[in-house]
Amino acid sequence: MNIDKKITDDLVANDISFVTTVPCKQLAGVIDEIDAREDIFHVPSNKEDEGMGLCAGAWMGGKRPAIIMQNTAIGVTINTLATLIQYYRMPLPMLISYRGELREPVACQVEMAVHTKALLAQMNIPTYHFHHQADVEELDAILKYTFMCNKPVAILTDANFWGGYGDQ
Amino acid sequence: MIRSEILKEIAPILRDQLVVCNIGIPSQELHAIDDQPTNFYMLGTMGLASSIGLGLALSQPKPVIVIDGDGSILTNLGTLPTIANNVADNYILLIVDNGSYGSTGDQPTYAGKKTSLAAVAQACGCENVVECQAEDTGAALQAALDSGQMTIIVSKCESGNAKMPVITMDPVVIRDRFMKAVQAS
Repeated sequence: MNIDKKITDDLVANDISFVTTVPCKQLAGVIDEIDAREDIFHVPSNKEDEGMGLCAGAWMGGKRPAIIMQNTAIGVTINTLATLIQYYRMPLPMLISYRGELREPVACQVEMAVHTKALLAQMNIPTYHFHHQADVEELDAILKYTFMCNKPVAILTDANFWGGYGDQ
Repeated sequence: MIRSEILKEIAPILRDQLVVCNIGIPSQELHAIDDQPTNFYMLGTMGLASSIGLGLALSQPKPVIVIDGDGSILTNLGTLPTIANNVADNYILLIVDNGSYGSTGDQPTYAGKKTSLAAVAQACGCENVVECQAEDTGAALQAALDSGQMTIIVSKCESGNAKMPVITMDPVVIRDRFMKAVQAS
């Protein structure tokens, strides 16, 4: 299974046509795939809160958005999630590279990893954790759930899911 | 001129357009001067008006006017490269540049000192950047609408706020009526 293609196919099948990204090495393949798809308008953003603003506008303009980012961004976007996405009740699938988990080579990444689920729980954000490649089978249902309930929803994808990170 | 005087003057131009308005006193002033379903008021999230407006402009064909401030642009300065590199000709960013953080007590911003937001926007790659005096804002805004080209307007004005009530409308109501206005033919 080409996981990058499967994820992008699920986004397209759920009519998601506006995707903003802040890169992560684990997400490079899926970002390339999204950039290549004619069905998706891809806007790279400089910071994740900016990206959420773009997604809010796109949704009000009639397009289904998604954001792709690293879990460190949870530290950046708490205010935006609370006062924009949740306050105005907007749907936002967040495909998140979950750095600092098993098979992580960079120690500093663990420092935000240990806060990631606690912060998402504190924010009452529905959270799914993809650890094995087969977990991706739930993505389609998670996207449908997101646009059913009009909430931000986190999909944490760790290094094991992506098949390891770097040479280890 | 202060911001509220500019807003009063341009209200007839704004009335028929989709407007995304900056957090705090700017939204309170616009709401009090001429509340319209085509206005999206930001109640929180400083800095993101320009990003919300760009996402909206890239996703549907109607013109979008963002009323932003110098302080909010400085908060989200990364927005200018994103705007420059994702050209939406139905997008107008009006930066009301009064050189101060108006909603928090008129503390000075760097835009009121050495930093030129018009020069920053140009350096970021924005192609149509207009700096004008407060009195000329209406003419600049109308010209931008008529041009059909993405335009950044930096309107230099005096610092100060009008006393207006807080917006008590529910955010979901603001968003819902705005989305209906976006969809209306």
